[in-house]
Amino acid sequence: MSKKILPLVLGAAMGVAATTAAGATTLEDVKAKGFIQCGVSQGLPGFSNPDAQGNWTGLDVDLCRAMAAAVFGDASAVKFTPLSAKERFTALQSGEVDVLSRNTTWTMSRDTQLGLNFAGVNYYDGQGFMVRKDLGVTSALELSGASVCTNTGTTTELNVADYFRANNMPYEIVAFEKADEVVAAYDAGRCDVYTTDASGLYAQRLKLTNPGDHMVLSEIISKEPLGPVVRQGDDEWFNVAKWTLNAMLNAEELGVTSENVDEMKASDNPSVKRLLGAEGSFGEAIGLSNDWAYNIVKNVGNYEESFNANVGPDTPLGISRGVNALWNAGGFMYAPPVR
Amino acid sequence: MANTNLFHIRTEEAPHLAAPISTTGIIGWMRQNLFSSIGNTVLTIIGILLAYWLIAPLIQFALIDAVWTGQNREACLPQVGGHSGACWAYVEAYFPQFIYGRYPSEEVWRVNIVYALFLMLLVPLAIPSVPFKRLNAVLFLIVFPIIAYYLLTGLVIGDWVILPIVETAVWGGLLVTLVIAVTGIVASLPLGIALALGRRSKMPIIRTISIVFIEFWRGVPLITVLFMSSVMLPLFLPEGVTFDKLLRVLIGVTLFSAAYMAEVVRGGLQAIPKGQYEGAMALGLRFWPMMYLIVLPQALKLVIPGIVNTFIGLFKDTTLVLIVGMFDLLGQIQSSFTDPTWSTPSQGHTGYLFAAIVFWCFCFGMSRYSIFMENKLHTGHKR
Repeated sequence: MSKKILPLVLGAAMGVAATTAAGATTLEDVKAKGFIQCGVSQGLPGFSNPDAQGNWTGLDVDLCRAMAAAVFGDASAVKFTPLSAKERFTALQSGEVDVLSRNTTWTMSRDTQLGLNFAGVNYYDGQGFMVRKDLGVTSALELSGASVCTNTGTTTELNVADYFRANNMPYEIVAFEKADEVVAAYDAGRCDVYTTDASGLYAQRLKLTNPGDHMVLSEIISKEPLGPVVRQGDDEWFNVAKWTLNAMLNAEELGVTSENVDEMKASDNPSVKRLLGAEGSFGEAIGLSNDWAYNIVKNVGNYEESFNANVGPDTPLGISRGVNALWNAGGFMYAPPVR
Repeated sequence: MANTNLFHIRTEEAPHLAAPISTTGIIGWMRQNLFSSIGNTVLTIIGILLAYWLIAPLIQFALIDAVWTGQNREACLPQVGGHSGACWAYVEAYFPQFIYGRYPSEEVWRVNIVYALFLMLLVPLAIPSVPFKRLNAVLFLIVFPIIAYYLLTGLVIGDWVILPIVETAVWGGLLVTLVIAVTGIVASLPLGIALALGRRSKMPIIRTISIVFIEFWRGVPLITVLFMSSVMLPLFLPEGVTFDKLLRVLIGVTLFSAAYMAEVVRGGLQAIPKGQYEGAMALGLRFWPMMYLIVLPQALKLVIPGIVNTFIGLFKDTTLVLIVGMFDLLGQIQSSFTDPTWSTPSQGHTGYLFAAIVFWCFCFGMSRYSIFMENKLHTGHKR
């Protein structure tokens, strides 16, 4: 029901937004006020969560900091607005936030019907399965007859139904309203399998009594490309968001890190020179200074640094790069070149 | 001589015997109150068992198995084969955030001053024997909100920054809970009284407005009010025009509880016999003096339990602001669950236990104070 109403309401809102958005562009607005207003989640471990000191950390948060670094040369020129899943698109539409970096799945309806633009993918997520190691299961195809714990009324439940039916496997759903209840039920042995987005599985595993006794199966049964979102119809700002992400990926590909970025500036590699602004005027072309990418890498780091600091193998989450590795390392991450 | 044998005159008191052991002391009390019949004995045993089943694990969790110090989740991970107890180290690490939200740490002294001022003004106001009530009330209701407003939000005159601006978006924890609850409580009582009088007024326009207002706000759930104010309102405003989320919530909560308060007060007004009104009018009192001197003091005294009930409900309803992305105490606690640094099996239980303790303390405090006021003011109505 609400799914049908939401686009209508937003569509109506668009009429309002379109008539009032004729003023300055978002980039001009942002430069004038001196900071970026960034919409994040109310707390998703490793992606956007406040730490004990109250600072926002995470992969999605780093992207906003990188945009601030690109625009102002200062990664702290950003303010965060925690948004619930229901509020997020309205907040972006109404101009309450300048960019939405909130583990939002890129789907066709969102991209085309809500007046939004997805600026890329900063994490390829997908629904996965977690099982006890002593179950002896190595593939999701061996889960025939299993009881599956999941949240009620989400696409997660539908994906499971599709997957098990497509593979002709009987199964039993054990559904709960809240994620905490699902984890508790799985931990108590009420079901054999726990399914949700893979990034969520890693986060929830920390809440199990013996995290080491559980494993995430390699099968991914849905596509959840997560990325930053901006308002449609403001190409200048769209470019800033898109190329901030691309710069982080290109920096990783070219081996530019926050530690060696100063030395790399003197590199002979023309790709590095173009990226860091020693050659050409790519930054000016998108309304920024030419050292925009240098500022991103210097202040925030490249994609790998951000990944490892927030969700990587050395963090409590311990997520391996997998499909989020660069294209030349077996993953999907592929940024167009700066030239 | 024979007479002495015929009559026995007791010359000294009979020795005092101790009362039967089964009727005195702790045994007697238990026999009388806990085991007076078979039915009561069964109920007592069931009660003791229930209490044991509930309280023993709680003590085990909260005190015996608890972890009191630690730097990160490692400290609170369950020991092999053992149960995991409460992770108080996590509450300790997050304590400032639970109290102040993400208020900048170098500005937290401002919140502390507000907390201190609040207590300094509220405590003497609440104790009947302390003098200068009128001055105290003026300070608490008029001067304090102004000082608190500037202390919490900041004060900038021209280019001269006296107190740096702290946006309400970074407020959180107990601070937000108290700001919403206290504002709602203080503002909804006068508003509710006005609405209750309006609803009983003989002037048709005022009566209609009051009825429409009360029935509208009572007819929608608070969560809808909050959701409308945070999601729909921005769509009706021009782009870029945002007005403070906390302010929207405060207005919503105040109007909502004012409607409930109005009905509670109206109940009190209806319980006042007609003779009181007629007597007041016979003395030549106009409407306001009659209300202020005769009717309201009696009516409000009658409905103290209802008023405090509304206050307590309002205090607990503040947790709903989580739905619009504000972090009250409970929201702040829930948001801390997402920090992987402290993610353990017992983190959720510990956080919710802490929230329950804090909320219980506040609500129980209000309830006891209401009983104290009732007993103090019972003149004639108490049975």
